[in-house]
Amino acid sequence: MTALLSAQSVSKSYGARAGCMDVCFDLWPGEVLAIVGESGSGKTTLLRCLSGHLPASSGKVHYSMRDGRHVALDEMSEAERRLLMRTDWGFVHQDARDGLRMGVSAGANVGERMMAVGERHYGHIRATATDWLERVEIPEDRIDDSPWSYSGGMRQRLQIARNLVTSPRLVFMDEPTGGLDVSVQARLLDLIRGLVKRLDLAAIVVTHDLAVARLLSSRMMVMQQGRVIEQGLTDQILEDPQAPYTQLLVSSVLQV
Amino acid sequence: MNAPAYNFAYLNEQTKRMIRRAILKAIAVPGYQVPFASREMPMPYGWGTGGVQVTAAVLTPEDTLKVIDQGADDTTNAVSIRKFFVKTAGVATTERTEEASVIQTRHRIPEAPLTEEQILVFQVPIPEPLRFLEPRETETRTMHALEEYGVMHVKLYEDIAQYGEIATTYAYPAKVADRYVFDPSPIPKFDNPKLDNCPALQLFGAGREKRIYAVPPYTKVKSLDFEDHPFEVQSWSEPCALCGSCHSFLDEIVMDDKGTRMFVCSDSDFCARQRGER
Ligand SMILES: Nc1ncnc2c1ncn2[C@@H]1O[C@H](COP(=O)(O)OP(=O)(O)O)[C@@H](O)[C@H]1O
Ligand SMILES: [Mg+2]
Ligand SMILES: [Zn+2]
Repeated sequence: MTALLSAQSVSKSYGARAGCMDVCFDLWPGEVLAIVGESGSGKTTLLRCLSGHLPASSGKVHYSMRDGRHVALDEMSEAERRLLMRTDWGFVHQDARDGLRMGVSAGANVGERMMAVGERHYGHIRATATDWLERVEIPEDRIDDSPWSYSGGMRQRLQIARNLVTSPRLVFMDEPTGGLDVSVQARLLDLIRGLVKRLDLAAIVVTHDLAVARLLSSRMMVMQQGRVIEQGLTDQILEDPQAPYTQLLVSSVLQV
Repeated sequence: MNAPAYNFAYLNEQTKRMIRRAILKAIAVPGYQVPFASREMPMPYGWGTGGVQVTAAVLTPEDTLKVIDQGADDTTNAVSIRKFFVKTAGVATTERTEEASVIQTRHRIPEAPLTEEQILVFQVPIPEPLRFLEPRETETRTMHALEEYGVMHVKLYEDIAQYGEIATTYAYPAKVADRYVFDPSPIPKFDNPKLDNCPALQLFGAGREKRIYAVPPYTKVKSLDFEDHPFEVQSWSEPCALCGSCHSFLDEIVMDDKGTRMFVCSDSDFCARQRGER
């Protein structure tokens, strides 16, 4: 088996300030990796480098294309990278307004990727959108409503449906439950966990919340000041953290 | 000495050459929006300064010019543009479509079939069809370059979801020569089929937005649609109240203050000809 995505010494600096430094890992198909760390530790920077939204200052990110080729992101043509982003990849933003087209209906939000890859049958688009809304627990009769009329939790679920409609193999999520009420968070996490498992999705989930990492991921990386200070199986790290910083994190958050 | 106040057709030769270069480029890449250095014209932007500059650049002293607005030759906008070219270029003018060699238009394509000898110049307010969903210019340029036109169907999807049919009736987007999606200016979709495989050269000028684009003669123009909601033109349940035509674009006209209405051809020259007045 080859890695779906591999990062080799990925670094990004903003002038003199380090965003992330020297990050290496392999992500396997169907695997969920959590990137945890406090605010400012470089999680978003790393995620944006991994997903091709931000050019790394140094290092390489390779991706296994559906046709088997192993391609470095910065060596892809822009056309190829953009196609990848709207077919094989998904992005769930913390602020749903960054990930949705707020000016059009929920149904159009879900249908957009289908139309982007050439679907030209309204009935098919509509039926698929309806099906996806149901899968993310949005009532069918809300299909023509604007995302503005949706609650925060619904918007996140709509974002997820909008991304999964093209059956991507990898989804990037940046604090997908951030800013939501605790009960809404729990429901969303359950939904994400179920979908990831059923669809055999690989995901990279950025979170400052160890509980999210525990629930969703099988493997995790802990970041501090731009560096990965510990990585391994999520259960293992939570049970037996090695780095002093991780120990501090775990003891302060997971006192069960 | 009485030197003429203006160069022929108002613009100086250098400016006309610059516009002609943009036009040639537009013809070479059908449907592609070519930037040009739009000039101040002695009329407000809403009055079709883009079309006026294109007309000025293609006009020769031998030309016969027709100017229409909403299909009519006698509206304020059409009259003032026609006067402008009579004054600055001294060209002959006509209201008859088949007599004209250059036709400047806002909102309509004449009903009478056009020929290879004619140039149709459209006044365009907003040339970018993707703007509705993507306001960033750098992004729309990339989308055109990579043929990422999925969002155009998002707009049509919204129409059907909301109204049960594609409710866009003006500025209906179309694909030119299987490549660029373009905005055919605020003509009714009734006129879109006339864009397709048209013998005349069709030029589009947007003054405020500084863009020129073209549909060369005999070029394929396909209106966007869905397989199960194919493109359709408007139709009326009654013929023109004046000439009886069943095949022209009709405007609804309020006849009196009791609200009596009547449907008549928007193309006034066509209607007059049908009635045998010309
Ligand atoms: N666009 C930027 N310009 C300059 N510095 C930035 C920029 N984005 C992030 N940083 C800095 O990089 C570091 C990592 O930030 P970020 O990746 O957003 O961390 P996190 O997502 O873990 O909160 C921080 O010190 C932050 O201030
Ligand atoms: Mg962040
Ligand atoms: Zn008539």
